[in-house]
Amino acid sequence: MGEVIVITSGKGGVGKTTTTANLGAGLASLGNKVCLIDADIGLRNLDVVMGLENRIVYDLVDVTSGNCTFRKALIKDKRFENLFLLPAAQTKDKTAVNPDQMRVLTEEIKNEFDYVIVDCPAGIEQGFRNAIAGANQAIVVTTPEVSAVRDADRIIGLLEKEDLREPKLVVNRMRYQMVKHGDMMSIDDIIDILAVDLLGVVPEDEQVVVSTNRGDMVVMDNTSKSGQAYRNIVRRIKGEDVPMMNLDDESGFFKKLRQIIGLK
Amino acid sequence: MLELINRLLGRENHSSKTVAKERLRLVLVHDRAGVSPELLQTLKIELIQVISNYMEIDEHALEVSLDSSENQVALVASIPVKNMKRSVQTETA
Repeated sequence: MGEVIVITSGKGGVGKTTTTANLGAGLASLGNKVCLIDADIGLRNLDVVMGLENRIVYDLVDVTSGNCTFRKALIKDKRFENLFLLPAAQTKDKTAVNPDQMRVLTEEIKNEFDYVIVDCPAGIEQGFRNAIAGANQAIVVTTPEVSAVRDADRIIGLLEKEDLREPKLVVNRMRYQMVKHGDMMSIDDIIDILAVDLLGVVPEDEQVVVSTNRGDMVVMDNTSKSGQAYRNIVRRIKGEDVPMMNLDDESGFFKKLRQIIGLK
Repeated sequence: MLELINRLLGRENHSSKTVAKERLRLVLVHDRAGVSPELLQTLKIELIQVISNYMEIDEHALEVSLDSSENQVALVASIPVKNMKRSVQTETA
């Protein structure tokens, strides 16, 4: 029986869908059978991020309303034969599905998969309650900005109320140059405020945009730092103890100068 | 100029991230308190218990709230005292 992991954030635009696609592809590349569910009904996007938008016949609402079985609605990925997507409906809204239906659905799917990953919509209304309904683990995505961290804190509170204890944090779009100049909160600052376990840090990387443009996942790109960051997160989900990547690419002079003066 | 030197040396006292962290810390105190009004209620009940050992207070007029000013959050309690107790009971059972 598989795990059901919900990817959530509160705030929109922090990288939930990108994280879902990359963790799904990463887990599938290690041989796991993975099903991704796009729970963002009305604003479907996971399909286009994964380059599978032309293959959709049935969607999540077709399944929950009994029009077809979930097996019939699943889209098989082009790259990994053990990666599947259950797309969201685009013409309905969040109220087309309720949490009980999602609980039943994920219960059914997880019998046949190692991992079921649910891409949660932004917000804290019904779409959020649907997405977390069947989950037994939560990953909260945030960026190093006050608005995203505040929303992450609210989401963590709501998850704990729903008995999704100990959610794990992914900090996305980290810019180490800005952190070094004191113009962006560091990982330590964010962890200090949110008091949750860190699952991983993904650096800001133009390659994410390039990959997404093509409908590819950056986790498959062996040369990019963000790809490496996602592969590390995948291994941590698998229970491996992977050290945090050193993304401090500071060039020699000022670092040495600081060390000489005794400043950190 | 001094700021430039500080930045080059990596000092972060007045950096924007320090401001961000401080603002977040304050706003989250409120957010978190707002999420559980029962916390303030429990605090109120326990405050009454403790203070009643020392003085007679008007339990119904007691007010407890969080007040945030420029750079700190304070727990503000207004507790009307009706009467002082002559002998303070200090036995701790």
